Amino acid sequence: MGLIDRHALIEKNATLLLVGSLLVVTVGGIVEIAPLFYLDNTIEKVDGMRPYSPLELAGRNIYVREGCYLCHSQMIRPFRDEVERYGHYSLAAESMYDHPFQWGSKRTGPDLARVGDRYSNSWHVQHLSDPRSVVPESIMPSYAFLKDKPIEVKDFSTHLVANRRVGVPYSDEMIANANADLMTQADPNADTSGLEKRYPKAKTGDFDGNPQQVTEMDALVAYLQMLGTLVDFKNYDEAAGYR
Amino acid sequence: MRYGTEMVLLGLFAFGAVVAAGFGVDEPFRQHMWVLFFAVAGFTAILLRNSDFKPAPPIDPEAYMDGPIRYGAIATMFWGVVGMLVGVIIALQLAFPDLNIQPWFNFGRLRPVHTSGVVFAFGGNALLCTSLYVVQRTCRARLFGGNLAWFVFWGYQLFIVMAATGYLLGITESREYAEPEWYVDIWLTIVWVAYLILFLGTILKRKEPHIYVANWFYLSFIVTIAMLHVVNNLSMPASFLGSKSYSAFSGVQDALTQWWYGHNAVGFFLTAGFLGMMYYFVPKQVNRPVYSYRLSIIHFWALIFLYIWAGPHHLHYTALPDWAQTLGMVFSIMLWMPSWGGMINGLMTLSGAWDKIRTDPIVRMMVAAIAFYGMSTFEGPMMSIKTVNSLSHYTDWTIGHVHSGALGWVGLISFGAIYYMVPKLWNRPRLYSMRLVTWHFWLATLGIVVYAAVMWVSGIMQGLMWREYDEQGFLVYSFAETVAAMHPYYIMRAAGGAMYLAGALIMAWNVTMTIRGYQREEQPLPGSAPALQPAE
Repeated sequence: MGLIDRHALIEKNATLLLVGSLLVVTVGGIVEIAPLFYLDNTIEKVDGMRPYSPLELAGRNIYVREGCYLCHSQMIRPFRDEVERYGHYSLAAESMYDHPFQWGSKRTGPDLARVGDRYSNSWHVQHLSDPRSVVPESIMPSYAFLKDKPIEVKDFSTHLVANRRVGVPYSDEMIANANADLMTQADPNADTSGLEKRYPKAKTGDFDGNPQQVTEMDALVAYLQMLGTLVDFKNYDEAAGYR
Repeated sequence: MRYGTEMVLLGLFAFGAVVAAGFGVDEPFRQHMWVLFFAVAGFTAILLRNSDFKPAPPIDPEAYMDGPIRYGAIATMFWGVVGMLVGVIIALQLAFPDLNIQPWFNFGRLRPVHTSGVVFAFGGNALLCTSLYVVQRTCRARLFGGNLAWFVFWGYQLFIVMAATGYLLGITESREYAEPEWYVDIWLTIVWVAYLILFLGTILKRKEPHIYVANWFYLSFIVTIAMLHVVNNLSMPASFLGSKSYSAFSGVQDALTQWWYGHNAVGFFLTAGFLGMMYYFVPKQVNRPVYSYRLSIIHFWALIFLYIWAGPHHLHYTALPDWAQTLGMVFSIMLWMPSWGGMINGLMTLSGAWDKIRTDPIVRMMVAAIAFYGMSTFEGPMMSIKTVNSLSHYTDWTIGHVHSGALGWVGLISFGAIYYMVPKLWNRPRLYSMRLVTWHFWLATLGIVVYAAVMWVSGIMQGLMWREYDEQGFLVYSFAETVAAMHPYYIMRAAGGAMYLAGALIMAWNVTMTIRGYQREEQPLPGSAPALQPAE
């Protein structure tokens, strides 16, 4: 029992106890997390991923603000029932520009990883305003107030800059056009060619049924409508992506 | 006392808040800064009213500093009731969605108020006040650093107020149990480092040669939480006068960093810290030494080493690479052993005093806490097995598991510690009423049992409904049908939570009356006074 007796040394020296316990608790994190940053196969190679358009990013921020992730996951697991219910299982690549990730931990409501293009804009607006009018069993709160809140932007480019600083490849052109792109995407009469070049597959037009104003409802629906639509799974090599 | 410097600093702080409220770039930030202004300005006004110019009475450098601990005990009770009340409200919102009041009181904004309220406000204050109580008495030394303890206490309350009001305003990083935004995180870092200095400084000036085992756990909890908090909250603000920041990591790396944090918020905040509590208050209340010194050494080092690896079990079958998932699962299962080491050491401390479970409701509460600890540290490793997790993940089973740990272990051991401390802190001969403690015990225990059992049924049922196929190979249930099936369970769950809350309210009454100096005249509990034996 020599080792146990020698433990008295640590019990009599607070610094030793502090440093010892700090060293012991760092090991697990280093071994598990650090390799995810340099192992090449952590994130699959896919075509189609791009940074969020300003309107989508604004909508995503509303999704975060309202705590949607507390009841809706965005992570389809590779099980038969989940793939049939929600679509192809989620890839790591699909959240590579997500700061923070929104995988969620609880499904009080259904998974939303591929909710994009599944319902019409007006369905989403109706559902967010009065969930039980379209899904009688729903226990979701109402978010009708989003329709009345014009989106508050002082300078949205700061949000793109912050994202670029943590690794999202926003170009100078994207940042210069951030404010204009934000308004253009929800304006049914605007010229969206520049926006669609910068953000391929971006959905444009009026989302909330009120073309006069860009509201938080526009932004949130624009975000929901693009979820899971970027990667084309016809070209995805399942075997190469296996980790 | 004169508080000249403090008031000047607080005044400047309040002024800074007003400036930030004026120039903030987004509406929630401006509102949040007004909250900060009123909190700090109000506190300054209280200090001003309490200032007098009599010379301060000399402080005995040998005497224990119990002022912040008394405040901490009251804060624990106050935030406990608030956090549990919000819990009952959001449980009812799930059963009756019309109870959501948009935008501020929707489920999505209230849920972090509940989790942070219970974990950090109730649990955090319990840890703060018991750790400062224990470290002085086991080191035989007054708290280090003069008024540092007051700064830690009030600074932590300000963190709680800013976090909770931020959630209601929609200010969140969406990292579960680490939701506050960047500026609140920075404030917590300052307070937490002060806490570490306070705790470590007191240990360094101890008069006992050995550092008592409870302090190992408290110290490792403080230092590990500091590490987890800083790394998990690394983020880039969009503006230094705005509430929004973007996490330094993305997607899969962000997910594992968050659950490395999230699981160890459980492992160190809700386990290691509360084991420290157990190692002091259980031996004290039963008046027996800790069962095994050797076991405490082994399970301490094993627990803190293994816990940190367990995070990936929150991400089974996700886009996290398989090797990391498997590693997380293996370590989670191994974690069962040191967890039960702690349980055995706590329970066996009652050797020779088992009768106290019958006669002393505070001991009964502590033993029930340790039993729930053992139960949930068995359930946890089981749920971390990938095949079990494929059913349990995303369902209420996880919620039930958390609550058997949080209500059963964390709640009951804290209640026991507060019941033990309050008469001593306020120099009262005993609690106001032991019968009310018995009521509290039974309400709390039955509440937990109802809660956990209901969540097992609803969680497993929903998991099975999601994956049920008919003979033709079609999914049987739409998602909406599985939501509808939850309704009766959500009502029962709210009832279980309400029972637990009722127990906490009884305790708040009991503690308040004890502090005010009342003692209820009541029949002593059977067996609590030694019965007279006839002479032979």
